[in-house]
Amino acid sequence: MAKKEYAFYPGCSSQLRGSASNYLTSVNSMCQTLDIKMTQIPDWNCCGASIGYAGSGELARHVMNARNFALAETHLPGQDVVATCAACWLGARETKDKLDASSQLMAETNEALKEAGLHYKAQVGVRHMVEVLIEDIGYEGLAQPIVKPLEGLKIAGYVGCQTNRPFGIAGESFENPMYLDKLVETLGAEALTKYEQKVTCCGGALAFSEPEKSQKQIKDIVESAYDHKADLIVTPCPLCQANVEIYQSEINKRHGTKLDMPVAYYSQLMAVAYGAKPKAAGLDGHVIAPKKLQDIAVKVVPAKK
Amino acid sequence: MGAPNELNLAALAKYSNDFLREVETHVEEGEWVKMCMQCGVCAGSCPFGPHWEHSPQKIFMMIRAGKREEVLSSESMWMCTSCYNCVVRCPRKLPITQIMHGLATYAHRLGLAPKMQPTRQWSLQFWDNCTRTGRVNELKLTLGLYFRDGLVAGLKKAWAMRAIGFGLLRAKRLNPFELLRGHECKDQAGIHRMLAKAYEIEARRLRLDKFKLQG
Repeated sequence: MAKKEYAFYPGCSSQLRGSASNYLTSVNSMCQTLDIKMTQIPDWNCCGASIGYAGSGELARHVMNARNFALAETHLPGQDVVATCAACWLGARETKDKLDASSQLMAETNEALKEAGLHYKAQVGVRHMVEVLIEDIGYEGLAQPIVKPLEGLKIAGYVGCQTNRPFGIAGESFENPMYLDKLVETLGAEALTKYEQKVTCCGGALAFSEPEKSQKQIKDIVESAYDHKADLIVTPCPLCQANVEIYQSEINKRHGTKLDMPVAYYSQLMAVAYGAKPKAAGLDGHVIAPKKLQDIAVKVVPAKK
Repeated sequence: MGAPNELNLAALAKYSNDFLREVETHVEEGEWVKMCMQCGVCAGSCPFGPHWEHSPQKIFMMIRAGKREEVLSSESMWMCTSCYNCVVRCPRKLPITQIMHGLATYAHRLGLAPKMQPTRQWSLQFWDNCTRTGRVNELKLTLGLYFRDGLVAGLKKAWAMRAIGFGLLRAKRLNPFELLRGHECKDQAGIHRMLAKAYEIEARRLRLDKFKLQG
């Protein structure tokens, strides 16, 4: 298999000891197995996320994303920018589309970038890691390196919002995207395709500023997973992961529930299926331990016939 | 922010009875507002819908009806979680999320947004945090939120959330040393110059020169 190379935009939360650091750990492990070379964009910056709007206004937000594009064009020419974070991807995609569509916005962006000694030539592609997996490698390719099928695991695929809307993954519907379920099945686990809360909003950044309203959303997301007898929830979004996992204890306090549902990343499932040890799959990075996934990860791999 | 500022008075004088035109000129994606056909799908699609006084549908009609004060001082736009459900369902394809953000931002710039609105404060705090060094300092961001109402309130909040804090600490997803120094970009000076220029250009373009946007 030819080595695939990408300009990696990991985003703030996945940095060492960040709230999604175990996402990055598992992505690294997964990419190593799949022979994908991810080179971080040198000195990449925050995208401003969806919540910075009142401070940023329009142009400053695009300029932040365009700086990353310009750095990628300069240092990693010809490589697509690949984000693992839903908000990074959304913000970057939005900026790319807006700049492609407006010569005025492009000129203004470059006027600002000049202050940092940079110029954006509009040559980069912007993609999510999930797109790389599905489009560049494909489900068959993703199945090849499996040494430990995730047999017996029941998984609620929680796609959430920003990996799904407004851009989404090509060929998928906004109301019922299937890629995460297909990925789960590819890995040998059971996808709970009737899980109703697949694309429900967890509150996003408003989990901080409107905790009660957001926790009501999270409660629905977790309770539906219980209704479908899920062993764990899996998601492609770092904020979904954090919100849905860490606020369960708060919800229990507030509502007298006993929620204790693990929430993992798709990349962790893949790393485990590819034979990664718990630490390499980032399984030590959970507030609610994904025990059944850990059990598979510690199992000794039978030698291939 | 707080009392309506000079920019607000200038806008009032210029647009007097034409709030729709004011929105079209000064609000990001504001030119889409007139396209709304009042079907209400956005209102029914919003996860925080029950918590808004005015749904996007109502906001759009209020803009056309010239209800400037009611719209710009509303808490409603600040309830947007950026889930984009309304955007993908809107039959007229209005970029509703961006319009809500745009209206909220404009209201903030005019000094009309509710001062204590938690998401307004959170939004400003986030942008300030991530542009300071080029990357988010998650610990300072969270503590900033807890302590925004003073030391005592902050300590109470931090104490109430201690289980989550320790859980994240154990999971190595929180670094206490970020209080001293977190992840950051190398070319911070370049980023700051670039942003200052962006604020300047946007103020010029929106003819908001009187208002110092940021920086």
